[in-house]
Amino acid sequence: MVKSYRPETLKEALELRRSEKMIPLAGGTDLMVKFRNWAGLPPLFEKSVLMLNNISDLSGIYSEGKNIIIEAGVTLTETAESECVPAPLRKAAAQIAAPGIRNRATLAGNICNASPAGDTLVPLYVLGAKVRLENIHGRRELLISEYIRGPGKTVLKDDELLTAVIVPPDTSNISFYKKVGTRKANALTKVSFLGLAEIKEGILNRINLAFGAVGPVIVRSKEIEAKLIGLKSGEIDIDKVSAEFSALIIPIDDQRSTAKYRKKVALNLLGRFLTRVKEL
Amino acid sequence: MTLNITLNGKQISLKTDPLRRLLDILRVDLKMTSVKEGCGEGECGACSILLDGEIVNSCMIPAGTVNNSSIVTSEGLRETERGRVIIEAFAGEGAVQCGFCTPGMLIAAEWLLSKNPDPSDVEIREALSGNLCRCTGYDMIIDGVKTAAKRGAGLW
Repeated sequence: MVKSYRPETLKEALELRRSEKMIPLAGGTDLMVKFRNWAGLPPLFEKSVLMLNNISDLSGIYSEGKNIIIEAGVTLTETAESECVPAPLRKAAAQIAAPGIRNRATLAGNICNASPAGDTLVPLYVLGAKVRLENIHGRRELLISEYIRGPGKTVLKDDELLTAVIVPPDTSNISFYKKVGTRKANALTKVSFLGLAEIKEGILNRINLAFGAVGPVIVRSKEIEAKLIGLKSGEIDIDKVSAEFSALIIPIDDQRSTAKYRKKVALNLLGRFLTRVKEL
Repeated sequence: MTLNITLNGKQISLKTDPLRRLLDILRVDLKMTSVKEGCGEGECGACSILLDGEIVNSCMIPAGTVNNSSIVTSEGLRETERGRVIIEAFAGEGAVQCGFCTPGMLIAAEWLLSKNPDPSDVEIREALSGNLCRCTGYDMIIDGVKTAAKRGAGLW
């Protein structure tokens, strides 16, 4: 029988984490499917399971300076409903799966699963979110783009747990998020896009663009964004930006969609957002 | 482990493997056969139950994570006035054909009305979006929830 543990404090959890190889389980909505067994039998976990949902002080959402801290136990429902959380992240969380899953799944889990189609990842990349990783000795913080290295791959060490997500504020005055899937709920993303822009007196002060499910990780380009900053909104050359992203968006054919469809729709969504920005 | 839960208002204690699915414990050990397995991966909602008042898919929940929680299944719901209003509304509106999705739909309806006693069409569809039905085409189920909300006004 596979062992499992259900610590009551973070300290206990980190000590357990250091003592033996184990799989952290928060909401369990990804892991219980990944390790599923025949009907009626317990799932086939390969290592001991560390159940995290009994840790009392890991489920807060609060501000720290300008940032919002979302602790690891916070569910997608709580993320979607909290007024503190920046709107693009709320919108993305609200469109994941369906209520029953959102009530258990955690934001931290969606990040650690590191799926190329992970819906919360797009706003987290756009906003420049960081993750806080802790072990028994201390903590470190990394940009989410440094934390996720590829499909299902993160730099989480065997003795670490992700304890919080640090989200900078959304200062945009124009934003556009679109998740393209087969239906309105319980849909895995074929392509997703988030554009945020801050325009003051016709000048582009800030612009962030990110695409989901069109590459091994979320696609974002600080170089392309930097070239747009300072321009008058009317000066944006949509075809040029589209061509620059076209070189970076290299999707694959898989069971959900085709590379051709994903690329076309991704660039269409980009064009739609930039058209709105130009009109401001 | 010894799992301690409140099931439909009653205190239950049983010895079990903490990684066993809550669905199996409810169906097999506790004979709550209203809780069905339609997919085993959280997509169909046939295994929906209320866990501390919130709708969840019991097929994805390891027993160890729900120690000291309160669980409601349709067997409990039908003993309450609210549950009976929902059941009669569903029956009257033709919301039940094969019946396989129905226990999950009842749980979703009770969950929605407990948070929003007078929901709009859109709100009903969103609340039930985790429950699939192959027979009815959903319209009668939506009407069932609306009728329950009207007839049961004041209960939620």
